Amino acid sequence: MPGGSTSDGSEMKLRHPKDFAAGLLYVGVGGAFAVIASGYRMGTAARMGPGYFPFWLGVLLMLIGAAVIFGALRGKDAEADAKLSGWDLKSLAIVLAAVVLFGVLLQPMGLVAAVAVLVLVASVASHEFSWRAAALNAVVLVGLAVVIFVYGLGLQFHLWPALLAG
Amino acid sequence: MEFLDHLAIGLETALSLHNLLYAFAGCLLGTLIGVLPGLGPLATIAMLLPFTYGLPPVGALIMLAGIYYGAAYGGSTTAILVNLPGETSSVVTVIDGHQMARKGKAGAALAAAAIGSFFAGCVGVLMLALFAAPLTRFAFKFGPAEYFSLMAVGLVGAVSLASGSVVKSIGMIVFGLLLGLVGIDVASGVTRFTFGFPELWEGIDFIVVAVGIFAFSEIVGSLEQREHRKAYTSEITTLWPTREDIRRMTPAILRGSSIGAFVGILPGAGLSLASFFAYSLERKVSRRPDEFGHGAIEGVAGPESANNAAAQTAFIPTLTLGIPGSATMALMLGAMIIHNIQPGPQVMTSNPDLFWGLIVSMWIGNLMLVILNLPLIGIWVQLLKVPYRVLYPAILMFCCIGVYSVSYSTFDLFMAAGFGVLGYLFHKLACEPAPLMLGFVLGPMLEENFRRALVLSDGDFSVFVTRPISLVLLLIAVALVVFSVLPSLKKQRAVVFTEE
Repeated sequence: MPGGSTSDGSEMKLRHPKDFAAGLLYVGVGGAFAVIASGYRMGTAARMGPGYFPFWLGVLLMLIGAAVIFGALRGKDAEADAKLSGWDLKSLAIVLAAVVLFGVLLQPMGLVAAVAVLVLVASVASHEFSWRAAALNAVVLVGLAVVIFVYGLGLQFHLWPALLAG
Repeated sequence: MEFLDHLAIGLETALSLHNLLYAFAGCLLGTLIGVLPGLGPLATIAMLLPFTYGLPPVGALIMLAGIYYGAAYGGSTTAILVNLPGETSSVVTVIDGHQMARKGKAGAALAAAAIGSFFAGCVGVLMLALFAAPLTRFAFKFGPAEYFSLMAVGLVGAVSLASGSVVKSIGMIVFGLLLGLVGIDVASGVTRFTFGFPELWEGIDFIVVAVGIFAFSEIVGSLEQREHRKAYTSEITTLWPTREDIRRMTPAILRGSSIGAFVGILPGAGLSLASFFAYSLERKVSRRPDEFGHGAIEGVAGPESANNAAAQTAFIPTLTLGIPGSATMALMLGAMIIHNIQPGPQVMTSNPDLFWGLIVSMWIGNLMLVILNLPLIGIWVQLLKVPYRVLYPAILMFCCIGVYSVSYSTFDLFMAAGFGVLGYLFHKLACEPAPLMLGFVLGPMLEENFRRALVLSDGDFSVFVTRPISLVLLLIAVALVVFSVLPSLKKQRAVVFTEE
């Protein structure tokens, strides 16, 4: 809730947006687990089915979430760092895209290509990015990966694209 | 003498050339990665796990233990030199350690941390050796109700004394417990929460969760800050503390070691509590309390000894009861299970060479750390000078290969990326992720014991309070919660964590 438009005091004030969002997360996750678990056989306390324990845990998480939301709406004075701010979604997206690309490329294209792409893509996230440095880093890390994991530890990796290996 | 027999078995295993080598490699790798700023011990262990895959179980455990305390030690080095606590347990080390570094006494601070850690490590290992056997005999009396209550103590303990909101942290535990239940329910054979993915039948691998929530989001978090960190490195002229330093740090080391050794045994209490207690105590008994916060050597030696002693004794519940007391120990437990070792009271009797070999090698590992770290400090310092833009792609690569190589599954990589998003969200919402990790590992065990206890009592919930050991454990859990919301403690906690 950044920059809430509470011009008059009539609207309920959000004391702690961070806690409010965390509470919502707990209620949502707990609710989802409870709903799915209620689809499994519940059984009785003496003969518990697969649904029993997760259902009640989900309910517990929802209750905790409700308590957190309650605390965020009223209660203690707002803390300095209670606001939700400074989301750097770009870095997050770049770093995780690099990981996903690594996963996509690893089996068809081999370790060398996958690590090179991982390092190059991930490097873009830095505010000090330069292609030349990233490329150099990629070369060094591909070498390290091959020496350490393939020759050193003997993990099972294709080095090159599956097509070339025939 | 039972103790000497055990020592003999341990020495025989630990002193074999291979195992010495594994201990050495573990310490070296752990310190190497642990020194890197912004990478906590959890991410370090998760990242380095593939290095142990090819080893026999004993060797793998010895190396893992080396990685574990190597990482902890590396974290202190970073805390002192870069003013950046890699983990909560070095939060207090930062306060005076970094002030010492600014005053050109980085060498003495590092030496105090190293010597203190070594001495404390010896005390911790001794405690482990002495207490493991009686505790194991005690653990054989435990039924499912007792195990359930013991886990409750561990889980509650893990949050009640951590920083941040207790209610939110309990929520994180429950979240973790639920994630731990994903996969086939052993009792009924039903697949739960798998959304039709056969990859989820075996459950989510703990490496996937650890790397996603800790490593990935730590990387993104560091990228966000964009600040230029300065390592106070050029000033290290000598590592030798002055005679005055030694005189001041010796009692602090003794006090810190005793506090740490005791606190580490408590399930869930963990290293940060140990170092926090030690720091408060040092400030209280000091004749120069005004020096604290401005580079008092006792403020480094005490907490560092305490957290290292606790790091050793934290193995006691994990090894004897099979119940980890902290998120890091949960990760160690998961790693043991990968190597087909199910920790618990039976390990000591069924694999005495493994058990005692591990304990003796821990002591050897502590010795190696001192030998390794003081002369190699120059190398660690160089490592701190590597710019982050070069470092994080390397960390990312090790993480990705680590996640993939657990079961050669690209699905795991995609899941880890998903947990990366979740970890980032936790970071932004100020939700402590460590309790989630502990809950995640304990989830299946907690459910199993809960179910068994109720089967045995024919559905009567009072079984948890009518059995005396279980009742005592649950009372401890309640006391921990009450203790944590007491205003006096809250205030004191705030003082320690905000004072810099």
